[in-house]
Amino acid sequence: MYLFSAQNITKKYAAHVALNKVSIDVPEQSIFGLLGPNGAGKTSLIRIINQITAPDEGALFFNGEKLSPKHVSMIGYLPEERGLYKKMKVGEQALYLAQLKGTSKQDAMKKLKYWFEKFDILNWWDRKVEELSKGMQQKVQFIITILHEPTLLIFDEPFSGFDPINVNLLKEEILKLRDNGATIIFSTHNMSSVEELCDNIALINKSNKILDGKVHEIKNTYKANIFEVGYTGLNEDIATILPSGFDIINQTTINGIKHAEIKIPHTSTSNYLLNSLLPHIAIVYFSEILPTMNDIFIQKVNEQNTLINTQN
Amino acid sequence: MKKILLIIKREYLSRVKKKSFIIMTILGPVLMASIWIVPFFIATMSDEKKVVAVVDETGIFHDKFQATDKIFFVYQYDLEKAKEDLKSNKFTAVLYIQKPSYSIPTDALLFYSDKSPGIVTQSYISNEMQTILKNNLLVNAHNISKEDFDLINRTNIKLNTEDIRTGEKSYTEIKTGLGIFSGILIYFFIFLFGSQVMRGVIEEKTSRIVEVIISSVKPFQLMMGKIVGVAMVGLTQFALWVILTMSIVTTLQASFPNIFNGHKTEQTYTAGQKIPTADQIQLEKLQKEEITQVIQGLFSVNYVAMIGAFLFYFLGGYLLYASLFAAIGSAVDNEADTQQFMMPITIPLLFSIIMSQFVINNPDGPVAFWLSIIPLTSPIIMMVRIPFGVPMIQVALSMSLLVIGFIASTWLAGKIYRTGILMYGKKVSYAEVWKWLRYKG
Repeated sequence: MYLFSAQNITKKYAAHVALNKVSIDVPEQSIFGLLGPNGAGKTSLIRIINQITAPDEGALFFNGEKLSPKHVSMIGYLPEERGLYKKMKVGEQALYLAQLKGTSKQDAMKKLKYWFEKFDILNWWDRKVEELSKGMQQKVQFIITILHEPTLLIFDEPFSGFDPINVNLLKEEILKLRDNGATIIFSTHNMSSVEELCDNIALINKSNKILDGKVHEIKNTYKANIFEVGYTGLNEDIATILPSGFDIINQTTINGIKHAEIKIPHTSTSNYLLNSLLPHIAIVYFSEILPTMNDIFIQKVNEQNTLINTQN
Repeated sequence: MKKILLIIKREYLSRVKKKSFIIMTILGPVLMASIWIVPFFIATMSDEKKVVAVVDETGIFHDKFQATDKIFFVYQYDLEKAKEDLKSNKFTAVLYIQKPSYSIPTDALLFYSDKSPGIVTQSYISNEMQTILKNNLLVNAHNISKEDFDLINRTNIKLNTEDIRTGEKSYTEIKTGLGIFSGILIYFFIFLFGSQVMRGVIEEKTSRIVEVIISSVKPFQLMMGKIVGVAMVGLTQFALWVILTMSIVTTLQASFPNIFNGHKTEQTYTAGQKIPTADQIQLEKLQKEEITQVIQGLFSVNYVAMIGAFLFYFLGGYLLYASLFAAIGSAVDNEADTQQFMMPITIPLLFSIIMSQFVINNPDGPVAFWLSIIPLTSPIIMMVRIPFGVPMIQVALSMSLLVIGFIASTWLAGKIYRTGILMYGKKVSYAEVWKWLRYKG
């Protein structure tokens, strides 16, 4: 069951196409990573999901229904460029923004008290936003985003501007929100947090979606059949005992343990490699090296860019 | 709808609570009260006696002007001789009342030589003329019909002045002052509150909060909420100004009564006149109204209509321009960049102020008519015309066109606004704005 789905979204601005027939399907109660280089069209898509702008073509569905203004109160949005009224008091402002999302004043008050206590910032209530540090403002804005308990949360680079302690706090909260039933669209450049948090991703480059699917499936698809072996007890080069067709990508020695990354040819298997190594060395560990999301991101984006360049 | 009310409330409260609002609210009335009062102080302080020669062709005003301790009246029959005497400084001014083609004179000409007789003298003369004229009409009418009574009440003397050395006519009478004053006030209010809207939009855009807000409400709702909120701030300020100015003026009048009505010694039309009792009561009532201070002469120019028209044209003009101010705010990244887009706002408003001089000279001419009908100039020009009396049909036409005008400008501005607030770091040109107007959704 998809909570949110966008079908063949196209958005054009006078001279350039911001999105070209992009489709995404966000499963319910999952974290969906929206990835792509700067200027790929992520913000355009996020604005369309928020109904800030309308697409030129394509259809959007929320919970199976056509996306409409009534869904606004079920969506929470934390934009990449944060901002609050600088001269307004923190509490007053949070109340105002919650009410704009359709939460009643009493309800908003109660929830704000809860979150302010939880984040230990109750004493900020009557301070003006301009008196807070950037990180403090971000915390306030995070609370404002999730306050009306939206079904769909959209975080655009949520960790930028936070120290590591607060990044962890935020990650925990995001995971908790998902476990409590929220669906999260998460746009970032930080690939390690994608691996940590996301269940599914879509990669957008130059207005087109170039990759999507479950994170672990994508990693399996893009793995290069490289295994790493840690061993002791071999004096000569490990290359001398490798069967033909196997290549050494990299090798190092750390604290007496030797590490080697070995690429296995398509015609062979890891078992065959292990069998040929066992008689010569004492194995410390043996594991497959999966490509990082970072590698896949760079590889896919470069592939498409070269493709476009050759076409021109 | 509920959300738009929330926005209005925030926009209103955040501005009304500001220090600058409170300071303006206090300073404004002090300034206005002094504009009202200072001339009277100056007039009372000068010991100069003024002698006005009255050349009355109608006979109605002969021997009727009440002298004060500062202003004396002599009655002459030959205008040319009086003018000669004026040149040799025998008189301060010559009041010439021409025999009108029909029975009631409606204007008079005040010649002066050395220096202008001043607003106090002028307003005294025109008030006296009105009193005398009303009395004259009342005395001649034994059984006053409702129509006649209304006619008498509407009697208005237009006092024009002319420098006999240059022959230049000036129109420094109260209505002119009032017309120009309210025109300038509208101009000032539109700029003051319009730029508040613009700054508000720029603030939201540069602080980036706009993106959070328009994920909750439509851009148009945000824009309208801001415009209406600021309009209410303007109305609050205006109401406070009126109330405070009035209380300052009344307090000062009560404390220094002789300054404001010292020249009116006592009621003169009492017993001994052959008029019916009912009329006499009516007459005294009229007199009492007239006898009150010159200062009320300022207000007596259809007080309610003036304020009503002012409120309408302030609101209409503000709404027309505020949406354009909002559109400009949305198109730029900071206040310094607004200059290039201010032209469409500044030009019609400045043009109105400049043209109001011509309109004053001929408040019923075609220039006055057209400029008070076209929505971009009507808020100022119509206010200039109102004190002179404008036919209802013209007022109605002008008002409905203004309403249509601001609906159109709001619609147009909404389209620019909605695209503009999401554009960052781009130097925007008119051509670019034109493109935004044609975007859909």
